[in-house]
Amino acid sequence: MNSLIIAGLLVLLLGLAYQTGWSKSRSLVTPDGIKVHSRPQYHGALVAIWTLVPALLIVGLWANFGDSATRAFTVSQIPPDVIMGLDEIALNATIQRIGALASGYGVVGEVQPFEQAAGAALRQFQFLSFLLVVAAAAGTGILALLYARSRITARLRARNAVERVMNLALLACSGVAILTTVGIVASLLTEALRFFTFINPLDFFFGTVWAPKFSSTGTGDAGQYGILPLLSGTLMVAAIAMAVAVPVGLMTAIYLSQYAPRSVRAVVKPIIEILAGIPTIVYGFFALVTVGPFLNKAGAMIGLDISATSALTAGVVMGIMIIPFISSLSDDILNQVPLALRDGAYGLGATQSETIRNVLLPAALPGIVGAFLLAVSRAIGETMIVVLAAGNSPVLRGSPFEPVSTITVSIVNQLTGDTDFAGPQSLVGFALGLTLFVMTLLLNIVALYIVRRFREQYE
Amino acid sequence: MDMLAGKVKMTQQSVNNGMNPTDMLERPIRLHAKDVTVHYGAKQALFGISIDIPDRAVTSFIGPSGCGKSTFLRCINRMNDTIEGAKVRGLIELDGEDIYDPALDVVELRARIGMVFQKPNPFPKSIYENVAYGPKIHGLARSKSDLDEIVVSSLRKAGLFEEVKDRLNEPGTGLSGGQQQRLCIARAIAVGPEVILMDEPCSALDPIATAIIEELIDELRENFTIVIVTHSMQQAARVSQKTAFFHLGKLIEEGVTEDIFTNPVNKQTQDYIMGRIG
Amino acid sequence: MTNISTPTGRQASIERTRRVRDGLRRRHLHEALFKGFGLAAIIAALGFVAILFTDVLIKGIPAFTQANLHLEATFDPAIIDVGPAPVRTAGQSDADFRAASLGWQRDVALLNWNKVVEASLRAAAPAGFEIDSRQILTVAETNARHVLREMFVNDPSLLGQTIKVDLLASANADNWVKGNIDRELGDAQQQLSAPARALIDIFEENGTISMGFAWSIFTNVDSRAAPASAGLAGAFMGSLFMMVIVILLAVPIGVASAIYLEEFAPKSRLTDLIEVNINNLAAVPSIVFGLLGAAVFINYFKLPLSAPLAGGLVLTLMTLPTIIIATRGALQGVSPALRQAALGMGASKTQMVFHHVLPVTFPSILTATIIGVAQALGETAPLLLIGMNAFVASIPATPLDQATALPVQIYLWQANENRNFFEARTSAAILVLLGFMILLNAIAILLRTRLERRA
Repeated sequence: MNSLIIAGLLVLLLGLAYQTGWSKSRSLVTPDGIKVHSRPQYHGALVAIWTLVPALLIVGLWANFGDSATRAFTVSQIPPDVIMGLDEIALNATIQRIGALASGYGVVGEVQPFEQAAGAALRQFQFLSFLLVVAAAAGTGILALLYARSRITARLRARNAVERVMNLALLACSGVAILTTVGIVASLLTEALRFFTFINPLDFFFGTVWAPKFSSTGTGDAGQYGILPLLSGTLMVAAIAMAVAVPVGLMTAIYLSQYAPRSVRAVVKPIIEILAGIPTIVYGFFALVTVGPFLNKAGAMIGLDISATSALTAGVVMGIMIIPFISSLSDDILNQVPLALRDGAYGLGATQSETIRNVLLPAALPGIVGAFLLAVSRAIGETMIVVLAAGNSPVLRGSPFEPVSTITVSIVNQLTGDTDFAGPQSLVGFALGLTLFVMTLLLNIVALYIVRRFREQYE
Repeated sequence: MDMLAGKVKMTQQSVNNGMNPTDMLERPIRLHAKDVTVHYGAKQALFGISIDIPDRAVTSFIGPSGCGKSTFLRCINRMNDTIEGAKVRGLIELDGEDIYDPALDVVELRARIGMVFQKPNPFPKSIYENVAYGPKIHGLARSKSDLDEIVVSSLRKAGLFEEVKDRLNEPGTGLSGGQQQRLCIARAIAVGPEVILMDEPCSALDPIATAIIEELIDELRENFTIVIVTHSMQQAARVSQKTAFFHLGKLIEEGVTEDIFTNPVNKQTQDYIMGRIG
Repeated sequence: MTNISTPTGRQASIERTRRVRDGLRRRHLHEALFKGFGLAAIIAALGFVAILFTDVLIKGIPAFTQANLHLEATFDPAIIDVGPAPVRTAGQSDADFRAASLGWQRDVALLNWNKVVEASLRAAAPAGFEIDSRQILTVAETNARHVLREMFVNDPSLLGQTIKVDLLASANADNWVKGNIDRELGDAQQQLSAPARALIDIFEENGTISMGFAWSIFTNVDSRAAPASAGLAGAFMGSLFMMVIVILLAVPIGVASAIYLEEFAPKSRLTDLIEVNINNLAAVPSIVFGLLGAAVFINYFKLPLSAPLAGGLVLTLMTLPTIIIATRGALQGVSPALRQAALGMGASKTQMVFHHVLPVTFPSILTATIIGVAQALGETAPLLLIGMNAFVASIPATPLDQATALPVQIYLWQANENRNFFEARTSAAILVLLGFMILLNAIAILLRTRLERRA
């Protein structure tokens, strides 16, 4: 309610300021024609900015410190002898009761006289402080407005000032991306370092047993946290995915860009790109209920014991997911190879496939390798398919037909629903996340660098 | 008129490439085109082109840009096949054989009619591999030493061998523009074609590199039938024995180079030679 | 240079042509093989799309119909042994009346409503059909008693009346009617008792059970106790809140930073760094954003767990790079002629960007936004880490309430032990999710073509 009143007031102030600036600058225009530097809307906007900033500052200050001020006031209203007898928790409870009394909702149990009095006083305090804040915000706003209004002259470069402010706002927006990265790195690092106070990094990075123990949180044996079983599972699934996606994706790109007539290309390309838009949870479900049982039966037919949830199941489905990623990137890159090279090969009498294999692909190789690396990074970071279909069995194994677990699966297992972050059981999620982040970051940087170099080569 | 006189004088000097006109006309016909039309989709690019190309001589196609000279050149080794929506009608014969005959293999045809392009386009491979590529895919070399010999002799004929003999394994893309274009010529020669088509081979080169290539073309004429598209009249006058003038998709005039430049029959040809048509 | 060593004469040329011809068969075979591989790859890729969609459709479509019970329920005063609903008397305060009402409602809730359900089921069964109460209650969904109770609370005058009601059949009954359960299995493996199975067959014949469209999927919230009534309404609202947050935050911030980087930023180390950084962010695994959300939004800023607000913020950060990259691409595509024209008219750089360049790129930005939002809509992994996989049996009213999201609901349902029933329901949820995705993409395509034609 209060925040709505304040917001309404600010909007009102804003409108008033804009209107003032606008009309003042309009009045400068006279028939004898002094040239006014900026159009009225810029003057309006400038006055509005001048007004809004101090008002917002005051509201912001109150939003930050208001709560502690209220609390301090409440405490001051409780008789000292009562406070002496209260511990931390009881004090908080009392403060809450007083707050509830002040808001008029009433409390459970008998109300003590001092509580009643404090509640009344708090109510008054809240009302007054609210008035004060509103008055202060409006007052400084109006003062700033008047000052800004007095600055308006024909020569005032209002437009330039407004544009400078806009520029700053734009800069702040692009800072969000940087902040995100900083946030990722900082949160992963701090929590991972906390994890390493529980578990020796060597045991983490070179341990071959993954066996966190949940039962004894914070006490005694926390279990073993060797990442190698997860790493091997991650790499195995990614390798299978690439084995499916690379041939299909690359050949699709080649066929579509070199052989298919335009009409076929126009239909097939978007259909394949549908695969890229399907949420990964859908792939996971598909792997779990369809592909897994199918592979299991197919394996039984040829005498192979393939588990329904296995590295193979997850890898194959992940490969399908990556096909459009590889095909559209490769298509893009093949199209960037200059036509002149293709013509050169045709002019020598090379057949189409000879041209593609001997000239186009070698020329596009760096770009395609970059695309593959990006695909690998995506496969390593993929979560839902492996959560559902890889079998969640964090044991170091060599066979792709058996269940595995991956880094991402373990992050989900260790962190789901638990934000306590007190023991290694949940903190390990961040150490795993850090490992994953570093791995994908390196792959991405190398891949993006290669692709960029490739593009520059043919520009 | 003064301008025309000057031009004519210039061309008279330069149309002096060691073959007299009558000699040229007596040469056997290697390529014969009749009523060739080309459509790109709905747009017609060429209108009924008929021309004979003499054996072991240089024939040049001139004309303003967009006049269809390159389009016609690309018909001769069926490079237009690679462009979607291009339709070629009419007759083109190589030694009396219809090159658009469905029974004829376009791969074989292109082995017989080589091509050099406007921009040097060496493959991103070594110099050696660039030249060896054609003989390799066509199976022309029986052994490694056979292949070496073809590469060396092709580079020699393209006048490049002395410059690159110490770095045959370095990438072809590392050469200068003029060297790259000679590498492309060597690459075309290595297949042993009967005809070499050149699509404005010097347009991306500086004057010195251009002069070297022109000299090379003059030498190659002894062994190859050469058709060259050029936008430079001086170049046509310097290197070719026969010249054909294209304008707006039509063949306006053709004949012995000297005649075309000194005594054009058609008004449009005259305008072009005098620089009135861009 | 005159040294010509290879023979170039007529004879040599014929010899060469012969050799070329000799190799042609083999080369054309290779060509055909290579082309065949390409075609096979395309067919494989298209086949995957086809198999995936048919699979989900075949599994999901049956879940959109559901077995309903058409019964006559008697609000028997013998069972509903409760005083009349309190009526407000003159001079009674609000609070007192509320207390009286609640007290009465509590009394109503304490009654054994299952008896009403059982009676109405027995009424529909043939006379003398033998089945015990535990068995007969497995035919109707467990929430049937709540449905009847709610009816009575809303209209106390029903006492003593007999009215027609439509109730959901239980998940097991639904499966039995749909033939998803092998009828040959022995009693030990059957989830329904033999009399219950026989009764369902009778009901189906006499029309007491019929199949109807499963509105519950859209109107109900998730339920574990009554699987047949589990729906997506809560998840849908959760997703909607998050999408609104993503659109409100990611679009302005994304477009603004793209404009800054493309139009105003001086070419410096810093802008290079921002650029590399954004490209990398676009490829950071989504689960890492979940870790960021858990550590920063939940643990540091103390946002409520499982709230769409936290989820929306995480998805916003994930979507930002997509929108920034696409917008920059669009800005780069604007012809320099337009910029020069604007600057030449005396427009400032800001005016040029906002009045001339930005409007032209609007279709591309819109498309990128929709694609980014669609991506965010389908994202699951980061939401698991900020607690959105909690079981929530109510529709969130604000972005601060506990909620789940469509993809997370799919994740929860696929893990339900009642596989037999939930596999179909999960597929149905997937169809709903895919439906939204297709809708969003169709809107993107439509708007794009519309706007581009006008431009």
